[in-house]
Amino acid sequence: MIRLGLSALLSHWRRNPWQFATLIAGLALATALWSGVQAINAEARASYDSAADVLSGGGLQQIRRADGAPLQVAEYVGLRRMGWQVSPVLEGTLDLGDRTIRLTGIEPLTLPQAAAGDTPVQSADPDDGLFAEGDVVFVHPDDGTLFDGRAVTVRPDASRAPGTAVTDIATAERMLETRDKITRLIVAPTQPLGLPALPPRYVMTAPGTQNDVARLTESFHLNLTAFGLLSFAVGIFIVYGAVGLAFEQRRGVFRTLRALGLPLQTLMGLLTVELGVFALIAGGVGVTLGYLIAAALLPDVAATLRGLYGADITGQLRLRPAWWLSGLGMALAGTAIAATAALIKLARLPLLSFNHPRAMSMHAAGAARWMAAVALGLFALGAVIAWGGQGLFAGFALLACLLIGAAFCLPLLLSSALLLAGRLHRSVLAEWFWADSRQQLPGLSMALMALLLAMAANIGVSTMVSSFRLTFTGYLDQRLASELYLTAQTFEEAQQLTAFAQSEGATVLPIIWQDLRIGGLPAEIYGIRDHATYRENWPLLAAVPDVWDRVARSEGALINEQLARRNDLAPGDMLETGDRVLGVYGDYGNSAGQVVISDALFAQRYPEVQALRFGLRTEDAARLSERLEARFDLTEDALINQSELKAFSLAVFERTFSVTAALNVLTLSVAGLALLIGLLTLASLRLPQLAPVWALGLTRRHLATLELARALCLAVVTGVLAVPLGLALAWVLLAVVNVEAFGWRLPMFLFPLDYLKLGALTLLAAFLAALWPAVRLARTPPDQLLRVFSNER
Amino acid sequence: MVLKIANLAKRYAEGGEAVLKDVSFDMAAGETLALEGESGSGKSTLLHLVAGLDRVSGGRIEVDGADITGYSDAQSAQMRRRVVGLIFQQFNLIPSLTVESNIAFHARLADRHDAAWAAHLAQVIGLDAHLQKYPEALSGGQQQRVAIARALAARPRLLLADEPTGNLDETTADAVLKLMLETAAEAGTALLMVTHSPRQAARMQRRLTLSHGRVHAASPARHVS
Repeated sequence: MIRLGLSALLSHWRRNPWQFATLIAGLALATALWSGVQAINAEARASYDSAADVLSGGGLQQIRRADGAPLQVAEYVGLRRMGWQVSPVLEGTLDLGDRTIRLTGIEPLTLPQAAAGDTPVQSADPDDGLFAEGDVVFVHPDDGTLFDGRAVTVRPDASRAPGTAVTDIATAERMLETRDKITRLIVAPTQPLGLPALPPRYVMTAPGTQNDVARLTESFHLNLTAFGLLSFAVGIFIVYGAVGLAFEQRRGVFRTLRALGLPLQTLMGLLTVELGVFALIAGGVGVTLGYLIAAALLPDVAATLRGLYGADITGQLRLRPAWWLSGLGMALAGTAIAATAALIKLARLPLLSFNHPRAMSMHAAGAARWMAAVALGLFALGAVIAWGGQGLFAGFALLACLLIGAAFCLPLLLSSALLLAGRLHRSVLAEWFWADSRQQLPGLSMALMALLLAMAANIGVSTMVSSFRLTFTGYLDQRLASELYLTAQTFEEAQQLTAFAQSEGATVLPIIWQDLRIGGLPAEIYGIRDHATYRENWPLLAAVPDVWDRVARSEGALINEQLARRNDLAPGDMLETGDRVLGVYGDYGNSAGQVVISDALFAQRYPEVQALRFGLRTEDAARLSERLEARFDLTEDALINQSELKAFSLAVFERTFSVTAALNVLTLSVAGLALLIGLLTLASLRLPQLAPVWALGLTRRHLATLELARALCLAVVTGVLAVPLGLALAWVLLAVVNVEAFGWRLPMFLFPLDYLKLGALTLLAAFLAALWPAVRLARTPPDQLLRVFSNER
Repeated sequence: MVLKIANLAKRYAEGGEAVLKDVSFDMAAGETLALEGESGSGKSTLLHLVAGLDRVSGGRIEVDGADITGYSDAQSAQMRRRVVGLIFQQFNLIPSLTVESNIAFHARLADRHDAAWAAHLAQVIGLDAHLQKYPEALSGGQQQRVAIARALAARPRLLLADEPTGNLDETTADAVLKLMLETAAEAGTALLMVTHSPRQAARMQRRLTLSHGRVHAASPARHVS
């Protein structure tokens, strides 16, 4: 009985290969986009974790200066004498020409075993660990050649993250050209009894489950996950549509099977097994596709993470069991979500249920009203979240309410629009066209919902990115005010270069900074010279009166927006560094916090830091550039003009959002495919509805043209509805999600031309999707249409 | 003559057996003719050819004086709109339109919509109280009455009916046929009806039997009460 029942159920898919393709393709694409994004996230997190072993102390407590400044060796010695079992770590960025590397210097004798991780730094083998003779540096195997020409012994270590290196603290000091500096102290897990309290100028940070990079990039990965989830949702809409349609078409088969004695539970069990097998097939295809998508996108994501957060991740993708198993799990879960409603309906289906095309449409009309009611509830919930919610999850919850609510509203809105259009057009063909379009809605609404979400996501994300680009360009114009930027190799060279530039009439503005930590996260403190360049150009978002004069008098500091938001700081508040906040400036370069004080205060606080970078203000940049190059033997990147720097910054910006653009295109493609498959599926059911109209005097070509026009009309209405939804999405992204993810709020600009282009693209996609079924209809042989009327079918 | 068929032949496959062979007959304006025969004898095929829904393999068909044999798709469609009315066994109403819109549909397509005539037809078929209902809300007999009204609303010269009462019980079938004959007579329309029922065929003016694709016998005309 079970075999026969299954055979009867499966025969539907053999007779409707397009529907089967819809189901598999929708699920495979949903799984592919989701698992592609997850593969990228897993790879990035694995890189952070492997970088975190020594960098973060392997989950051990750490001691830092409360003011964020580096420790001195004497302080380390003092703590050791007090009985504290601590080990020094020196960290810095090493410039290796084309690349930079994050260098960590450790003291292998005192380093707790737990902090060393898999790195063989403490190996007793003289040819292996840091006890070996000479300067040994452990690097990722791919980074081995970066140290060519340097007097160090390079040891490839697969457990190291790319872009990071570990060495002895003395070697690190030499390579980083610093003296008497310790970034932090790692606290051994066992400490002597009766240990005196830690002096108040130090702070002990609890072992975190995540390292700095992982914490900083968390929001970026959450953004990617959200986009993956959106793509997954678009795919699941397709699956929902395909499963619902297949259940509706098989009502007769279900009824017959039950009438012949197949119990309802067995029938539902067979359908569950059928869908489970389909989910596993589609999940397998989706995971494979996801791997390819991830491999294609990973280099851009790596560039984004490097540009925005300074995080290095490997550009190679590995097949991690947790990842592909979760992909298959999502395929099964997605199928379960998509099929639940259909299975519940089947469980409640009367044995002698009525089945008719318009009955389906009437049932759908009821469902549309119910969905619209749920949508209203979601909008209300969204309004509550927008009013009172905080944090990134509130932002995403608001986005989910908006998007799902709008998608649920779509069938009722489309139906109402078609009803209105029918009332406005009184010709017989128009009347039939609009009424027939309403009847087709149930079969197409899922694909149209997918199209609505994809278009809204495109409008929302492109508005966000374009607003960001506009703001960023303006920001670059303001922040990169100097005509030339000069980098010296040594302090002596810097003195010679700046003296020469000044003798040529240029104003020299030193760019000097020191790394520190504020609120437990890395930050930078800059010292600036009092000059009109800053007063006239810097975009201050909030400030006390006479802010520049007060900064010049070393009365306080300016901080960037992300630091202010992250630590809830405003003008008048005190910073951990002991400086009073005098103003907050917009900073869209990276997500790290920044503090700006006067150069005098900086020199007093960090006397060992010497300026090696300078901005040069001059009337004639070309001439000064020529004179400097003629006078000094400058390296290629020692002197950069403003336009080159802006172009470079904009290139980094464009690459940052190339992943978003790629996901946008993929999501829109999935929606286009959903429409195509939906129309092809419907096409096979349309003949009984179209044949009478053909028999009453319309040609097949005319009918095909009307079918094409119908798809375009529905796409236009959906597109028009997607615009306000997309703009609402953009607002949430700019005002809520970006603030949480990057720490800055951007003004929102509108780009009507871009929306028109997207609309044209969507219409083209809808036209192409509808073209094939329309051509098939136009070429349908008359005998196929005549079978509709045949009494001996 | 409203319909003139001469030496008509139809083959579905090149070189295959002919479904219709050398069929010839005429119909005068307002005449009613029953086309009888076993399943597969070619009755529906003949009706489809007359309606321009399919192409002939040989011979000639003239509808209302025009040779439709070489008509293009567009010309056939035009002819169906203006000259011919069609009624099918499966009713084939348009499910997305109300009863009223279904009745008016064909006439409006032909630009011959007469609201008073359509209202009269609705009244005659007894469905004037159901005009705003959708087809699925009607019984089989009611749906077939709507199909008749739709076909006659355009006042066609020739009404082609393919087993219009095949899905109905005897009593309903009799009522529907009576209605069809009365309204066709009122509109001055010739009726060519395919039927399996000798009882129904007997109510037509003339009977024609198809067997293995050939006109087997023709009975003399008789009057219908």
